[in-house]
Amino acid sequence: MSSTLKAAETAPSARPSTRPKLSLVQRLSWFDVKASPYLYISPFFILFGLLGLFPLVYTLVVSLHDWELLQGQGDFVGFENFAATLQDRFFWNSIFNTLSIFILSTVPQITVALVLAAILDHNLKGKTFWRMSVLLPYIVTPVAVALIFSNIFQEESGLANNLLGLIGVEPIEWKRETWASHVAIATMVNWRWTGYNALILLAAMQSVPRDLHESAAIDGAGGVRRFFSITIPTIRPTLIFVIITATIGGLQIFAEPRLFDVSTAGGVGGSDRQFQTTVLYLWEMAFFRQDFGRASAIAWLLFLLIVGIGLINFFISKRIASADGRALKKKTTQKKGSSA
Amino acid sequence: MSLTTTDSRAFPLQPARGRRRTRTGVGSRPGFLAYGLLVATLLGFAYPLWWSVVVASGTNATRGETLPLIPGGNFWANAAQAMDAIPFWLALWNSFVISSIIALSVVTFSTLAGYAFAKLRFKGRDGLMIFVIGTMAIPTQLGIIPLFILMRQFGWTGELGAVIVPSLVTAFGVFFMRQYLVDVVPDELIEAARIDGANQFRTFLNVGLPAARPAMAILGLFTFMAAWTDYLWPLIVLSPQNPTLQTALSQLQSGYYINYSVVLAGAVLATIPLLVLFIAAGRQLISGIMQGAVKG
Repeated sequence: MSSTLKAAETAPSARPSTRPKLSLVQRLSWFDVKASPYLYISPFFILFGLLGLFPLVYTLVVSLHDWELLQGQGDFVGFENFAATLQDRFFWNSIFNTLSIFILSTVPQITVALVLAAILDHNLKGKTFWRMSVLLPYIVTPVAVALIFSNIFQEESGLANNLLGLIGVEPIEWKRETWASHVAIATMVNWRWTGYNALILLAAMQSVPRDLHESAAIDGAGGVRRFFSITIPTIRPTLIFVIITATIGGLQIFAEPRLFDVSTAGGVGGSDRQFQTTVLYLWEMAFFRQDFGRASAIAWLLFLLIVGIGLINFFISKRIASADGRALKKKTTQKKGSSA
Repeated sequence: MSLTTTDSRAFPLQPARGRRRTRTGVGSRPGFLAYGLLVATLLGFAYPLWWSVVVASGTNATRGETLPLIPGGNFWANAAQAMDAIPFWLALWNSFVISSIIALSVVTFSTLAGYAFAKLRFKGRDGLMIFVIGTMAIPTQLGIIPLFILMRQFGWTGELGAVIVPSLVTAFGVFFMRQYLVDVVPDELIEAARIDGANQFRTFLNVGLPAARPAMAILGLFTFMAAWTDYLWPLIVLSPQNPTLQTALSQLQSGYYINYSVVLAGAVLATIPLLVLFIAAGRQLISGIMQGAVKG
């Protein structure tokens, strides 16, 4: 503030003859400087507060009431909706499915993305071509992905079972068995997001100073060793970013389980809810069973779960990465010491 | 950078090792293994799409083949059936309108707020910025129930406004623009404009906006794609008679259509718009993803 104000003040003092007029200009300019930042940020804060935060907080109010889609607000019931949800075996089933699909999609996705990024980090021929081909699945929308893969994983003569048949594997009941359905849904997520994450990680890898790699290579560290003790620790912030976004997205999977098998149960996640995720259950509770109170309780519990797992992931990835980072730091300080 | 070079210079290199350095460096030419893995990845990523094209242009019998590779001649017949089953053109238009307005709005408000956070000084700036960053990690999608109640009270359910309004701003957009502008616009330039007598808004228009343009394009592209891709919220607030492309497409699956060729023809049709965007702006998409990461 002070420097811009000074700038505004030095200009008029250079021409003292027009002082009375300038003081008005000065005051206007002062107002301009003071008020415009707030004017620029206010649309965001007003709209975000109204349409982002307010609904989230108001979900808590709805969850404390009897609240039906058609009747609207009913009696205040305290934590009854939460209690009912916590005793609801469908709710826990959906949490189990969500976590299972989440792990099956996040772990392979980030591992493969790291490997892909490491390959793309080489001096490749046709750099842009490879990067674009890695990104191709990203432009297929989740709904289209779900349609395509629910066909691929069709029990009878779907592509997946046809291919497995080639190596003598009996057809798998992708849509009936719990694990098989989780694998199938995780495959959709992995297919769409792996390349995207690989590009994010690639960007971080490219900012790793080449000298660091070179001096480690001189010290006799092989490619794998350098990957774990130089690349991973240096791209740590990006890795954490990727893991956190994968968590927030992965725990809210909806389109894929909703459309994986609509023939048996109308799209609520399988005949026995074997692949019903929590967002899908939330949607069923709100718009099929029309119980907004219970659905809001589910929303809040899921919210807590996402924040909780996000934090756990944050600390784990921080620790893993910094354990390597410490080793690296020790090495570099030793080097500095010896070179001095 | 200079620090690391002096570091490596402190180690006198033996000639033999020097040669080895060039061979093991990251920037080296990769071997067959790397290209082999890349080709395998490419096949894995592209084949499901190609398979959809093949089945969509064949009959239900094509689906039974183990590894069909050659498209048949039925694509337009199947696509026509898919377009009859759902209001395809209306859905396409709706998606286009919704995504364009959302992208425009997010870019405008994010640029304004991002510029203020990056380049202007005001009370509470740092606190508010931390607030913006904090809310980025909050899944606001979970507020759908009150949002639905709100939209119904406004009488907007079934109309495009109900899809557009909740997405007019994003915390990420503000964060992204702020990160970009903080490095790109030199403070001296802003002060020079102020000394020349430009008011704050003129300074923004003449100095901030031109510098922000590349980031605005990237933010617009990704916001457009996110809005185009969204499924849950349009499914809740729109009717099947006035759908977006995604909700319309999902009707194909939930209808009576067990004709896989028709369903897949719909999926392929719906992918064409983004495929065109990908071919036209693929490089921008890639650099957008890579920039967002470096800054994020």
